[in-house]
Order: sequence, then structure tokens, then C-alpha cells
Amino acid sequence: MRRPDRPPRPARRFRLAPRRLVVLLPAWAWLALFVAAPALVLLGIALGEYDTGVPPFRPPLGPGGAWQGTLANFAAVATDPFYRDGFLRSLLVAFATAALCLLVGYPMALAMARAPEARRTPLLLAVLLPFWTGFLIRVGAWIGLLRDEGWLNGVLRALGVIGEPLPLLYSDLAMYVGMVHAYLPFAVLPLYAALARRDPAVEEAAADLGARPAVVFVTVTLPLSAPGAAAAFLLVFIPAAGEFVIPDLLGPPEAQLVGRMLWGEFFQNRDWPLAAALAVALLAVLILPVRLFQRLEAGR
Amino acid sequence: MSAARAGLWLGLGFLYLPIVLLVAYAFSADRIPFQWGGFSLRWFVALAGDERLIEAALLSLRVAAGAATLAVLVGGLAGFALARFGPFRGRALFGALIGAPLVLPEVVTGLSLLLLFVALEGAIGWPAGRGALTVLLAHATLGAAYAAVVIQARLAEADRSLEEAAMDLGATPFVAFRTVTLPLMAPSLLAAWLLAFTLSLDDVVLASFVSGPAGTTLPMVLFSRLKLGLTPEVNALGAVIVAVAAVALGLAALLLARVDARRGGG
Amino acid sequence: MSLLRAEGVAKRFGATAALDGLDLEIAPGEFFALLGGSGSGKTTLLRLIAGFETPDAGRLLLEGRDLVPLPPHARPVAMMFQSYALFPHLSVFDNVAYGLRRAGVPREERRRRVAEALALVRLEGLERRRPHQLSGGQRQRVALARSLVVRPRLLLLDEPLAALDAGLREATGFELRALQRATGAGFVMVTHDQAEAMALADRIGVLERGRLVQVGPPAAVYERPATRFVAAFLGGANLLAGLVRADGGVDCAEAGCLLRPAAPVGRPAGAPVTLALRPERVRLRSGEAPADAVNAARGTVAEVAFRGELSTALVRLDGGATLRVSRPSAEGAPARGARVTLTWPAEALAVLAD
Repeated sequence: MRRPDRPPRPARRFRLAPRRLVVLLPAWAWLALFVAAPALVLLGIALGEYDTGVPPFRPPLGPGGAWQGTLANFAAVATDPFYRDGFLRSLLVAFATAALCLLVGYPMALAMARAPEARRTPLLLAVLLPFWTGFLIRVGAWIGLLRDEGWLNGVLRALGVIGEPLPLLYSDLAMYVGMVHAYLPFAVLPLYAALARRDPAVEEAAADLGARPAVVFVTVTLPLSAPGAAAAFLLVFIPAAGEFVIPDLLGPPEAQLVGRMLWGEFFQNRDWPLAAALAVALLAVLILPVRLFQRLEAGR
Repeated sequence: MSAARAGLWLGLGFLYLPIVLLVAYAFSADRIPFQWGGFSLRWFVALAGDERLIEAALLSLRVAAGAATLAVLVGGLAGFALARFGPFRGRALFGALIGAPLVLPEVVTGLSLLLLFVALEGAIGWPAGRGALTVLLAHATLGAAYAAVVIQARLAEADRSLEEAAMDLGATPFVAFRTVTLPLMAPSLLAAWLLAFTLSLDDVVLASFVSGPAGTTLPMVLFSRLKLGLTPEVNALGAVIVAVAAVALGLAALLLARVDARRGGG
Repeated sequence: MSLLRAEGVAKRFGATAALDGLDLEIAPGEFFALLGGSGSGKTTLLRLIAGFETPDAGRLLLEGRDLVPLPPHARPVAMMFQSYALFPHLSVFDNVAYGLRRAGVPREERRRRVAEALALVRLEGLERRRPHQLSGGQRQRVALARSLVVRPRLLLLDEPLAALDAGLREATGFELRALQRATGAGFVMVTHDQAEAMALADRIGVLERGRLVQVGPPAAVYERPATRFVAAFLGGANLLAGLVRADGGVDCAEAGCLLRPAAPVGRPAGAPVTLALRPERVRLRSGEAPADAVNAARGTVAEVAFRGELSTALVRLDGGATLRVSRPSAEGAPARGARVTLTWPAEALAVLAD
């Protein structure tokens, strides 16, 4: 019988809780074990102390839960010029990579968005195909292109532009070429999505009101695509900041970046707590751009 | 504006130049990659005899298939919950956790998962050692994040009243899920599986962290060889991978076009 | 016994009340139209009856049986969605057969009933098509067949004609009426289109902010709107405000004349009152009426719009109000700026409650 005093139930009656649990419980369990727990372990070990045992650290909580942790690893990351410079350089490299990707990607996305409907999907696939050909294979191709005895030096020498081979590989130039090549699709996709959504009538209206094509572009097209451009920038910047493989294979050997330092501390120095502290610091630095990116995505 | 069009072709040229050269020079007889020494298939023959590479490739395929399957299961549950459960308790945290591997740098994900596996082994003895299983779990975690996004997006664009119509016509929620929701999700499940599979095949950073002596994947072998420079065998392998990727993407595009046509062009 | 009975049904979404204590009774075999603007709560009522939402308060009875505890799949009602919600992965046949399969109807009977339903909506021969291979009108009829084939006691239709081209709407409306008569099921239709509601329904109910403000046969509601909202929503009646006189007339300064409705005003002398007057009930002739005329006002033609069958004139009355006047175009249009007299019969004046 109906009981008028019963409070209204927020959930729809026919979606019984047990049915939802079948879906939510395994998902929560997985996320707790493989996403939340690793983050906590990482933070815990970053607070631990380097030790020569196996595993090579002393956890922050000793027997009986006694606190024996230390902030020394974070202090080292923050104050040691070696790590500090590595962080700054990583952010600079990520910034420059993202800016270059925007510069190269914007005209591509614009031309794709303006292409006839039937040609857009093939063009989109053309931009995506390199992305699927294997990341290491593409980096390997650049090694073959940029080596001292490589294809580019060969072409330049055959054309008589240079006498001696240029030292292209293992330089900042090679690293940026490899980074832009790897991350360009990340930039083109959100730019294209933003530009393809635009209403061409808006640009026509601007032209109709007396704006020349260049003025239309600057006053209408560019501002309308700004959120897409910001998303594209961040989508490149965030992974590029922690990139390890491309600088390692193409960049100058002496250049220290966060990804490389973390890798080195872990695999060469076996200093797990310091590597963990570097990872936590990298996360802290990236929280702002990540939040910004999520805000942009939510605002679409 | 032709400036943009010129930019498009220059950009595509930049993207394809190394790939085209890689494929072309795979057929060169010369010992030095990217040097033309006449047409030859010798490096493909050498590749077929490179047992270490073949073994790593087979392991990678097995790991990728397992990781993709697990990723679709977890990502499917998560994507379904996010698309169809409305506001549920802990939804914000749930969404943040499932999406975290998408935005975390690979080195951070790799290191934290390795530390977890070490801690787990110390605490409960599982997983015993590092190898194919730990790589599979790490790749499934990454793949699940992508799968959840793909599946949620697909469900979000499917008219919610389809399931209501099914229930209105007498289907219980479970039957409505089986006869309406699941068929609607099917293309996105396949797409998510392929995406997770490819991500696993392509990953070197996570694998390097969480793997052990018995779990050397193809990208790990490639990475260690590329540190010493490009060899003709690796060049030939690149050509094979490009060919496989091109065929797979072409098939996927055809499939998508058919599904699109079936849905009335979107 | 009534087919459907709603008693004090209320539903809130957060801070807004979608339905606010709604009472409604629908007779067996009746075609009922719920009319309201967006946000009036009309779709919410359909979703409550179908079982997709749970009321916060009140009862919903189908043939005396409480619907609220039943999940959607156990309710003997069927809904036709505004988007039609045809299953894109199933053929026309399988779409229509979906409900019969769920009910466990044997294969042979299922086939027969699907064929009957498709014949009823004249879609024979399209069984193997997918929804995307159909025109808008065909999709609408598949959705109808899919709902009707399960022989619901009550069919709920959410804006059934809204997605159709204007040219198809009238013909489809007639078909809906015929189907309703042929099946004998109760139809509850929700629409924002007053012409559609009046053309199809036996009775209409006008919803305003979660409340039914008037229920009745279309002609009665149209002729005698109960409130300003109903008067404005149905066909855009002219509203004239005035003060009640001791003799039952209404002094209307903005019309510049005395209004005398046929029905008693039912208010004390001196009270303010608003009356509705349909544009097509106003007669227009040239020349000046006497200054003390009853139900006759003088004015100047401000605008004239030709609308095919009818023409509409806006007449600025000497008292200040502007009246819309509709008349057959065949009678000839008045000239802009002409001095005219407007008259109307006493029974054309409806006294509004607010």
C-alpha cells in the first residue's frame, strides 16, 4: 500500500541497485587496484629513503606503523640545480613542441575543414595513418634520414649544397623534428574538430560586411577556433613534458629531461625513492595544464 | 585560401617522407640503411630468420590481445556506467580514475605500476615476478582508459529513448540491454579493442618499467637496437609494420563506412 | 470506469516542479490531447504513465489498477516517442515484432500480427528495410505499428506529428484518428501545436507550469477559454480589460465602448475583469458607430496581412487597444488608414478567470 509519509526515492525504481553493482563493482575494483593504489604506492615510496637492500628503499612507515619517512627526495628535486634545470628544460621542450605542432597543424586542419565533404575523411585518415605505423619505427626512420651518412646529408651533398655532412642526428633539431612528427596528429585532430564545426556562413557574413579574406581569418576564423587550438596545444604539451624515448634516441646525449632523469635514477642508479619523487613532482607540475584541458573538453 | 592548402600538403609530406623512404629502402640490398644498393629482399629474409625479434613479436601479439580484451571488459563497464547511470555516488572520482592514464605521462604510469607490482608481490606474493603478465596488466590499464572514452562517446550519441522503447514494449532492463544496448555498442567495442591492441603493440615505456627478463616485447627489442642506430633488419620490419597498419586502417575505414551507412550516415 | 485516472500527481526535478498536483481522467477509447508549451510538464506526464519516471506524490490508475509500483515493461501502455526511437540495428519487421517477442507470442501468430499491423499503417512490402532506408512519414508509421501491435490499453504519443513535413501532417493526422477508432485504444497525445490538438482530439487539456488549467472538447475550450494563458495559447485571442458595472456590463476604456457578454460576469460591480474575443468573431465595416454603442468600437486600420483563406487586420481602437480581426479574404481587404467600426456578438465575449 502507498505510504504517503515515505520520502521520494531519488533513484528510478526499475534500475535496481544490484544490477548497477554488477557493473560498478568490478570497475571500481580495477580502478582501485591499478590506478589509485599505484598512485598511493608512488607517493609512499617518494617519502621513503634510499637503501641498498631489496627492494632498494626503506618505506616511510616502519614496523608497527612508526613514521620513518623523509621529505629529502622532494627537497633534492626542488633544490638540486641538476633536477631543477632538467624540469625547466622539459617544460621548455614541451612548450616548443606544442607551439611547433600548432604552427604546422593549423594550416593542415584549416585546409581539411575547408575541403569538400567527400575528401575530409580520406584526409583525416591520411593524417592518422602515420600515427598507427609504430612510434619506434618512425623514430628509426628519422635516424636513417638524419645520420651523418644518412639520406638527407646524401641528398644535400649530391646537390652540392654542403661538402661535409652536417651533424644532424643527436641534436636538439633532430629531437624537435622527431617530437613534432610524433605529436602532430594530436594537434591536428582537435584543431580539425574545432574548425570543421564552424558555420561557414559566419565567415561569409564577415566577408559580406566588407572584410578581406585575411581580415576574416584574423577577426572570425582564428578567434572561433581558439578553444580548439588551446586543446591541441595542451594535448601535445602534457605527454611531451614527460617524453623519454624521442630525446633518448634523437636528442643530444648530454641533455637532461625529466623523463630521462627519472629513467636514469630508476634503472641506472636504482634510487627508487628519488625516481618516485621526480614522478610526483612531474605530476604536480602537470596538474594545471591537465585541469585546463579537462575544462576545455567539458566546455565543448 | 591556398596558403592553408599548401600547408596541408607540406605537413603531409613531412609526415610521410620518413615512412615512404623507410618502406622504399627496405628493398635495398645495401648493408647501410637508406642507401640504395639495388633491389633485394635479403633483409626480409634476414628478418624472418631473426629469432629474437620473432619471439618478441609473438609475445607482443599475445600480450596485446590479452590486454585489449581485458581493456574492453573494464572500459566497457566504465563507459556504460558513465553514459547510462546518470549521477551516481563517486562518479567524479570514478571518471577521474578511469581517465587518469590518458593524461599521465607514460614514465609516471610505468613507474607507479612497477612499484605497485613490487609492493603486491611483497605483500601477497602476486604477481610473482615481472614479465608478460605485468606488461599485460599495465597495457590493459592504459587501454581501458581509451576504451571507456570510445564506448561512452558511442553510447552518449545513441538515443536514450531506444532503451526506454524496448522496456515500454515489455523488455526487462536486462533484455533491453541484450537486445538493444549491446548491439548498439558493438562497433565501439570492436574499435576500442583494436585501439587497445595497437596501443599495447606500440608501447615501449610502460613495458620497459613493468617487464622482467622473461617478458621482452617487440618494442623493447626495437628500442635497444635503435639505441645503436638503424639496422637493415629493423628497416625491413618497419616496412612490414607500415604495410600491416595500412591494411588494418583501410579495413577499419571500410567497416566504419558500412556501419555509418547502416545507421543512415550518422 | 475510466481508463486512466491521475490523482494529485506531482513530480519535481531539482527545484522546478514539472507537475504540480495534476488530476485527470481519460475514458476508454478516448483521444485526449495534452497541450502546452515547452517546460509545461506535458512530456513528464507521459513518462510517468509509461513508467520512466516515478511520481513524487499522487496516484496513477489504469482501469482501477495502481501503475506506480509496476516497472515500464510490465505496464499495459505503449509509447510512441517523439524521435520514434526505432531500433537502428533491426529491420522494420523486427522492430514491429520486438514487443511480441518479449511477450512470447508464438512465431506464426507473431508473423500474422506484424503483417496486420504493417497493413494497418500501409507499409506492406517494407518488412526487410532498415529504419534509415525509410522516409520520415514511413518511420512514423513503423513506430505507430510497433506500439499498436502489442495491443496496449493506452497509447501515449509524444509529439507524433512534429517530425513530419508540414504537407504530411494533415493527412497523417486523419490516419491517426482512423487508427484510433479502428483499434479502440485510448490515445493520449502530447503536443505544443494547438491546431493539431484541436483537429485530432475528442478532448484537450491545456497544461501551464505543471497544472491543467482547462479541460474540455476542443470547440468549448477554443470558444470559452478559461484563462489568459489558454486564450493566448489557442489561436491568439484578443484580450480586453475593463471594470464590471452594476448592470452586468463591462466598461472597457481601451476599447472605448461598453462590453456586454452573453454569460453573466459573476463579479461584483467595480471589480476588474478580462474578456477574450476571437479575431474571427469580430466583424468589420466602414463608417462610424454611435459613441455610446454596445459591443461596437471605432478605430483605424493599422496593418493588413493576407494569409490565403483569411486576411488579418490590426485595428487601432480609439480607446487605445489594438484588435486582431480575421475575415475571409474573399470579402476584400480594408485599406490601411481607413476608419472602421468593429462589432461582435455578445456570446463571442468569454470572461476569463484571471
